Amino acid sequence: MTKSEYQLDTSPHVSDEIRKTTCYMCACRCGINVHLRKGDDGEMKIRYIEGNRDHPINKGVLCAKGSAGIMQHYSPARLKKPLKRVGERGEGKFEEIEWEEAFGIATEWLGDVRKKDPKKLAFFTGRDQSQSLTSWWTQQFGTPNYAAHGGFCSVNMAAGGIYTFGGAFWEFGSPDWDKTELFIIFGVAEDHDSNPIKMGLSKVKNRGKKIISVNPIRTGYNAIADEWVGVTPGTDGLFVLSLIHCMLKMGRVDLDYLIRYTNAPWLVIQDEGAEDHGLFARDADGKNLVMDRNSGKLIAYDTKGVKPDLKGEAILADGRKAVPVFELLAGKYLSDDYAPEKIAEEVGVPATQIRAIAKEIGDTAFEKEIVVDQPWTDMKGEKHDKMIGRPVSFHAMRGISAHSNGFQTCRAIHLLQILIGSIDCPGGFRFKPPYPRPISAQPKPHGAYKIGAPLPGPHLGFVSGPEDLLLDEDGVTPLRIDKAFSWDAPMSAHGLMHMVISNAHARDPYGIDVLFLYMANMSWNSSMNTDGVMKMLSDKDENGEYIIPKIIYSDAYSSEMVAYADLILPDTTYLERHDAISLLDRPISEPEAMCDAIRWPVLEPDRDVRCFQSALLELGGRLGLPNLTNEDGTPKYTEYADYIQQHERKPGVGPLAGWRGEDGESHGRGAPNESQIDEYIKNGGFSEKHVPAEAHYFKHANVAWQDFAVEMGLQDGHVENIFQLYLEPLRKFQLAAEGKGERQPPETHKERYKRCFDPLPDWYAPFEGTQISEEEYPLHALTQRPAAMYHSWGSQNAWLRQIHGSNPMYVPKDVCDSVGLQDGDWAYIKSYHGKIKVPVKVMGAVNQKTLWTWNAIGKRKGAWNLSDNANESNKGFLLNHLINELLPAKGDGLRWSNSDPITGQAAWFDLRVNIEKAPAGLESEPKIKPQKSVGVGGEKNVAYGKEWTK
Amino acid sequence: MTQLPTQTDKKLGLVIDLDICVGCHACVVNCKEWNTSGYGAPLGDTNAYDADPLGSWLNRIHTYEVTPQETPAYDNPSSTGASPSHQCGSGDSLAQLVHFPKSCLHCEDAPCVTVCPTGASMKRSEDGIVLVEEDKCIGCGLCAWSCPYGAREMDPMENVMKKCTLCVDRIYNDNLPEIDRTPACVRTCPANARHFGDFADPNSDVSIMVKERGGMDLMPEMDTKPVNKYLPPRAKVKTSDGLEIAAEQSKSEMKADGFLGWLDKALEKMG
Repeated sequence: MTKSEYQLDTSPHVSDEIRKTTCYMCACRCGINVHLRKGDDGEMKIRYIEGNRDHPINKGVLCAKGSAGIMQHYSPARLKKPLKRVGERGEGKFEEIEWEEAFGIATEWLGDVRKKDPKKLAFFTGRDQSQSLTSWWTQQFGTPNYAAHGGFCSVNMAAGGIYTFGGAFWEFGSPDWDKTELFIIFGVAEDHDSNPIKMGLSKVKNRGKKIISVNPIRTGYNAIADEWVGVTPGTDGLFVLSLIHCMLKMGRVDLDYLIRYTNAPWLVIQDEGAEDHGLFARDADGKNLVMDRNSGKLIAYDTKGVKPDLKGEAILADGRKAVPVFELLAGKYLSDDYAPEKIAEEVGVPATQIRAIAKEIGDTAFEKEIVVDQPWTDMKGEKHDKMIGRPVSFHAMRGISAHSNGFQTCRAIHLLQILIGSIDCPGGFRFKPPYPRPISAQPKPHGAYKIGAPLPGPHLGFVSGPEDLLLDEDGVTPLRIDKAFSWDAPMSAHGLMHMVISNAHARDPYGIDVLFLYMANMSWNSSMNTDGVMKMLSDKDENGEYIIPKIIYSDAYSSEMVAYADLILPDTTYLERHDAISLLDRPISEPEAMCDAIRWPVLEPDRDVRCFQSALLELGGRLGLPNLTNEDGTPKYTEYADYIQQHERKPGVGPLAGWRGEDGESHGRGAPNESQIDEYIKNGGFSEKHVPAEAHYFKHANVAWQDFAVEMGLQDGHVENIFQLYLEPLRKFQLAAEGKGERQPPETHKERYKRCFDPLPDWYAPFEGTQISEEEYPLHALTQRPAAMYHSWGSQNAWLRQIHGSNPMYVPKDVCDSVGLQDGDWAYIKSYHGKIKVPVKVMGAVNQKTLWTWNAIGKRKGAWNLSDNANESNKGFLLNHLINELLPAKGDGLRWSNSDPITGQAAWFDLRVNIEKAPAGLESEPKIKPQKSVGVGGEKNVAYGKEWTK
Repeated sequence: MTQLPTQTDKKLGLVIDLDICVGCHACVVNCKEWNTSGYGAPLGDTNAYDADPLGSWLNRIHTYEVTPQETPAYDNPSSTGASPSHQCGSGDSLAQLVHFPKSCLHCEDAPCVTVCPTGASMKRSEDGIVLVEEDKCIGCGLCAWSCPYGAREMDPMENVMKKCTLCVDRIYNDNLPEIDRTPACVRTCPANARHFGDFADPNSDVSIMVKERGGMDLMPEMDTKPVNKYLPPRAKVKTSDGLEIAAEQSKSEMKADGFLGWLDKALEKMG
């Protein structure tokens, strides 16, 4: 072998130690190996971060964000000490205070509220991965006002799935990447969930299987799809219902699956005008009735040996009529209203393409059936010698959910999956533990508060009808500040974080005293109507007092929201903290393994900061909250790690499932173990318990899964999970609006219940478009999150901001031609609510009525310790300025939130706009007054790692 | 002038699969974080938190919009009886994005080596890796100028030429587990779109992949004989012609009343 002259050390020293923890550069929670190496000053520093090959989520790979963790950890925007506001709200002027003073102020403010009127605390968290702690803490405090960011993120996806089949995309499920023959991806930007989707797409492509993308924008994942459906925003539901129309017409439905696992045979009462018209017919024991197709008798759906019919009129014992769900369903979708030719123009997709895709779904599901030779037993005791798969899988995300019709659209997608029998079968969609979990196994929401007492149950949950709403005694006034679980959004399972500030400012339904927020950038990219929210946060009443009197905020970085807080509790970076990625919360499981994970301080903070959860536990102790305080008045948990190991949600079940029991030998259930976190660290930061092979599929009806779930503490008994094609709770709300029952919506709301609460998946036009002039605002405008930037966090990152430092508005070529725009020009984009000036880039691979830009690249001047000249604040912009949190006024004096009427999901993507050419410029508009940053600051130039290079 | 070796024992390089690259930049950033503390001077970033930050990177992704010359598979809704003025939502439905990662291609006839006045730019005879011996580099920039691919970047702080080393400090590194002795960009790629190996060995994974998938040279007309290869996007898995399907369906489709008849028969079959 020849050798080059240049003598090079090809085995240089890499690192002194590798510590394995969980990434937090986005919400995907990949496992990372953090290589540490001593620097010139003898301190351990990060040499390199790579993916953990053993980790169930990322199996060794790591995305751009995760790979830029070094720059996040050493960000100039890191907060360094507790702060007390000294200037006006919004200026960012603070004085540093000691933690003792910070705790003192917070305890005084919160203690006062708790004594007088606990609902005057609104505690909302952003991309919080410790919701099982933050919600429980707030429950002990006793305010009804708690939620995390799900309401403005993807509650439609979660609620649509859980109400329909006891699961949901992403955290609670996954496509069967290894077996699927056809994968269809709807409305997925390049983030959720980052690495697993890329790994999965790669598997599907390398097996030569087809990927269809349904998305107005053909970037990222959509760019590599075999077929692109450039749907017009907000019409996906209509597209899917048209597919269903075709499937029914072709007879491509799995009747056996429908009879076994769904409510397709359940009888629905047909008695127009009656109190129970449209509800299920039940026997004396409350069991749903079906019609046996051999005997014609009406018997309970779970009677052994019953062969339920799917059609035909049944006569109930009282002489009234009822028909099976499936007959109603077939009648609805076979209508020509859903024929591809009828809807093609509305959805912007050729009818021929809709028909071809329907045929392909049908052919794949029924002619490429997959058989896994694995015997299993269903919950009725029937033994099956194999698992049969219909290998069509789906995934969907915010493009579906962020519309005012998103809940119904999400249900439509699930209906299609169920009709072809592809939920939790080989090649289809798969549940991830602890799911499936239907609403019968979910909590109901709790809001009835009493001074000095904990709330009687969790804040958030799933309602079954008007009886579960959180309303005042008048049956109309919402109990919660965000109006969740009220007539405005009855099934708002994640709350409505986007309405908290707006409602508190309008004192509707009431004013609050303390707004407590955690890692939620509400005065910038996490709010609709950013300008308006900034004003609401700083508005004063006639006495010169702030309308929202006190704001406590915790964040690790000098974000836009910091400037609006009165008291700042500085958090740590993700590498300096403990965390539990818990099965009580948003788990990291895979279909064949129940998994959870931790974070731990792989580096000690060099600032006077505390992990927020530890600070919260300390506050709980100081406030004397029940279950957070010892008898002698001292805090029960000294810090988060202590809580993670010691807390039991119910006997034997706590935040972490692994290494439980005093000897650390138990999994799922077991006594607390004080070496538990050490065991996680030894195992690379996670635990993984494999699901038995006979429980790999059909978990919704699989006795082996049920036994495993009970043994592991995921549930306390077997849970029946019958897929709800026809969703009775929706019908109950309609009945209330028709004047039935004790609790009825106000007159003003009745029409929307009639229109939007169809118990069968339905489509209606997104609200904003119906309330403005389509002629004036003919275009749609969307944002997408880039793969290399997560929300606002990325801009403080010296590496990531070189990739996405400013964001053009991508405009379809024809639109550009019609208003005379070229690459590099500037344009005004106007909605009924606002106007922005932005740089333009011409694009072809986009729906012809749709403009789009990257999300959350624009920054307020002075935030994140960026210079005032940073491209992010000069050229970067937010679309949020165009989006109102309220719908256009209807003259009824009411404030209608810009949300899905069912779940309250923020309808970001309903936005309608127009475009005109603007004079060339250097800066985007609106121009917002700068704030001051309060982070540690950074060097002008960075040469990271210099001390280790020659 | 610096000499190229007449031949190299190995030809180490990358295969980049354009069919599954989603343009996520994982390889770009992981490369930066490994190499800034690795071979030679750090990869500096000027104006790190100011206007127009500028850093040196060894690997970048470029995104291009292309419109292949094909007939669209589907006609647009206007031809189905909808309003003739209506535009198909998918617009020019053939327009698509191609994500194109680019780093040094470790050419066999590397002009960046022969142009170097000091011998700093060199190609290793043992494995074909093109490196810059930074102690000899005077920062004249001739090599970057001569590279037709724009694959070299002058570090803005150290004024020394930076380029992909194929992670020469990883691939032979005894301090790393064997499985990790691969370039950082390959190890981290979530889509498995990057592969590393020896193209001199016709039986290596990369050689086989290139053969099977029609791996291509970038700009072969430049006669640089790049070692790295790109796998072109696969032909899209196509649905059969949409119009035919539509016609077939309308013939075989059941009327609404026919559906109930079908249902009867189907249920009967189930017993």
